[in-house]
Amino acid sequence: MSDKDVDQVTGVETTGHEWDGIKELNNPLPRWWLWTFYGSIIFSIGYTIAFPAWPMISSATTGVLGYSSRADLHADVAAARAAQGGMLEAVTTTPVADIVKDDGLARFARAGGESLYKVYCSQCHGTGATGSVGYPNLNDDEWIWGGTIDQVYATIAHGARSPTDQDTHFNDMPAFGTDGMLTAEDIDRVAKQVASLSGMEGGEATPEGEQLFADNCAGCHAEDGAGMVDVGAPSLNDKVWLYEGTLAALREQIALPRHGVMPAWGARLGDAAVKQLAVYVHGLGGGQ
Amino acid sequence: MTTRNPGMTTHTPDTQTYDVEAVNAAGRRQPLYAPRKKIFPKRASGRFRKFKWLVMLITLTIYYVTPWLRWDRGPFAPDQAVLVDLANRRFYFFFIEIWPQEFYYVAGMLVMAGIGLFLVTSTVGRAWCGYACPQTVWVDLFLAVERFIEGDRNARIKLDAGKWTADKLMKRTAKHATWLVIGILTGGAWIFYFADAPTLLADVVTLQAPLVAYATIALLTATTYTFGGLLREQVCTYMCPWPRIQGAMLDEHSLTVTYNDWRGEPRSRHAKRAAAEGKPVGDCVDCNACVVVCPMGIDIRDGQQLECITCALCIDACDDVMTRLGKEQGLISYATLSDYNRNMALATGSGKVVQPSRVRNPVTGKLVDAIKRTNWRSVIHPRTIVYLVGWIAIGLAMVTALALRTPLSLNVLHDRNPLYVELRDGSVRNGYDVKVLNMAPEMREVELRLDGLPGSTISLVDGGSETAGSLTFTLEPDKVLPVRLYVRVGPESLPASQMPFQIVVSDEAAGITRSVESTFEVPEKRK
Repeated sequence: MSDKDVDQVTGVETTGHEWDGIKELNNPLPRWWLWTFYGSIIFSIGYTIAFPAWPMISSATTGVLGYSSRADLHADVAAARAAQGGMLEAVTTTPVADIVKDDGLARFARAGGESLYKVYCSQCHGTGATGSVGYPNLNDDEWIWGGTIDQVYATIAHGARSPTDQDTHFNDMPAFGTDGMLTAEDIDRVAKQVASLSGMEGGEATPEGEQLFADNCAGCHAEDGAGMVDVGAPSLNDKVWLYEGTLAALREQIALPRHGVMPAWGARLGDAAVKQLAVYVHGLGGGQ
Repeated sequence: MTTRNPGMTTHTPDTQTYDVEAVNAAGRRQPLYAPRKKIFPKRASGRFRKFKWLVMLITLTIYYVTPWLRWDRGPFAPDQAVLVDLANRRFYFFFIEIWPQEFYYVAGMLVMAGIGLFLVTSTVGRAWCGYACPQTVWVDLFLAVERFIEGDRNARIKLDAGKWTADKLMKRTAKHATWLVIGILTGGAWIFYFADAPTLLADVVTLQAPLVAYATIALLTATTYTFGGLLREQVCTYMCPWPRIQGAMLDEHSLTVTYNDWRGEPRSRHAKRAAAEGKPVGDCVDCNACVVVCPMGIDIRDGQQLECITCALCIDACDDVMTRLGKEQGLISYATLSDYNRNMALATGSGKVVQPSRVRNPVTGKLVDAIKRTNWRSVIHPRTIVYLVGWIAIGLAMVTALALRTPLSLNVLHDRNPLYVELRDGSVRNGYDVKVLNMAPEMREVELRLDGLPGSTISLVDGGSETAGSLTFTLEPDKVLPVRLYVRVGPESLPASQMPFQIVVSDEAAGITRSVESTFEVPEKRK
């Protein structure tokens, strides 16, 4: 190798690297940095022995401390379970109607139900449970399949028109228009008749409309339009509408009804989760 | 010499060389930290030393005794007079109980402490550093221990320089052991502020206290021992930001420990001989008594300096010497810079050298009356008055706020999603998260009602019937009661738009009513 090249200005040896006449001084590393660096290397050796580190053919070294993030997670979950202090077990064994009566249990179930709701229900019913067109608002006092705690529980557990559940809620409103059961004029008349029940704009009660309603609708929706929870026939004499409260929407729904589907959650989430959800939904303000 | 790139190093007529040296040229680089010189402060005696003992006694007494004071708050709250209850998020201070959301009291105290610091520093200089700072108090205590075990300055210097004999080993062991015990007691006392002191003491002794208690004791033992015993003046000089901040607070009217060179210079160790020879002689006999007592190891005669914590021990030392020499005390004294400058101007006249004859009566040798002596009036000037007024104003505001504070509080949060719910009969319902805070250690019966929302009814979640009147709650002592409140307004009384109203909580028995304004939201299409 060549002789030492010492920079004349600083008196420091250079590395011999040179770019366009600019030479690199070979100053020593700061000692604190160097020792930190050596320390890191020593630490890393111990670390890779103690913890999972080196990739092998099928897995990695496990480390002598036996640490694994999965075990950590399980420990955390177990700790969270333990912190619940048997509340979840109490929810499992207590009938849902009794949970609501027990203040502490109800608070626990409501909190659990709220987080379950955010995961499983909010996609359709909205984060504030306000629903949207075709998806019922769960805050109000209109319940298609009933608003008692047991009815809410049954609806969540078995769903509505769920293809996977034998006990699911089911009904099928005839398509009066597309099936040719009523003429367009009759549909308009009966729509206006229905609108008049709740004082909707454009509503008009006529003898013909009244007759049409009695013949075709009252069987399920009741004579005064109050609906029938047993068959899931919504009430027509109030201000809450599933498919927009307009005359056009009413005509549309009579001619070709839309039928919403809700999954049956009982088999998927388990009974305890459904109970918590029922308590939460029932407590949103409209529970009966 | 061969170069790889001749063009760069060969001087051509176009290039110019400069006569310049790098500021950090290798030849004159200084280490970042000056090597520490050992200091062996000599014991001082005098009024400031007495005052410092008194301050130490008072501050240490407050520190050690406070957690053991009891204050009866009834059956539902701890009876410790001063307690920071982190687990339950409460701070108890005698008759005051502060909840986390009332942190503004602490903020107010911090503001007062800040302005108090301005006030004290601009009047009496670094009095905090010299007398009250824990570092100063503990170092003083540690030095007292050192003196007790190893003797005063000369004995300690001898011991330090001497060989490691059995005697030295014993003394050093005793000293460090005592320091460690003080450290443990310091850390031990600290934890009692955070839990019931008698219970915790029993737990600590029987090894049943939580780990954090032992960790805290260990940490504070380590810091007390290291800072008070080993680092001492290094903490003040290098670690503490306070001296820099306090230095910025000083002005020419602030009291600082001052060597009055207008009467001290020219200093002489042979004053009588010099006087006989007709040379000018000042009062300073250059005995260095001021230097040996200094816990910072500095010479105050070099002028005001960063290291000086104004503990005034050099004043004691010098006064002692002056008295023995039959001279007036105060060669080193608390003085303001402006007074000092006046006296300097008097002593130097038009020249730059101090002339002792200009400040002394030629017959008696006493100092002339024209000398400006610093007294308490010297420190009163607009700046200190402004600080004082500000400090008192904030103090009064806090006392007033405390006096007007009610032990019942109310928080209301209107639901954001949904803002409102339309019901079957056309009425509208709003939801609120209401929190009723009972901030006193006693049971309380309160009524909740609405004010300013006609036609409204209220109900609770799953809580049975609606009412147009009020709901009654029993509040647990010192607890928060969360209430999920539903407010419904029927279609006939529905407001046209968003409607402000009051949620009112009242405790009839105690005569306390708190109300919070919220709004009732209605669907936009009804506008």
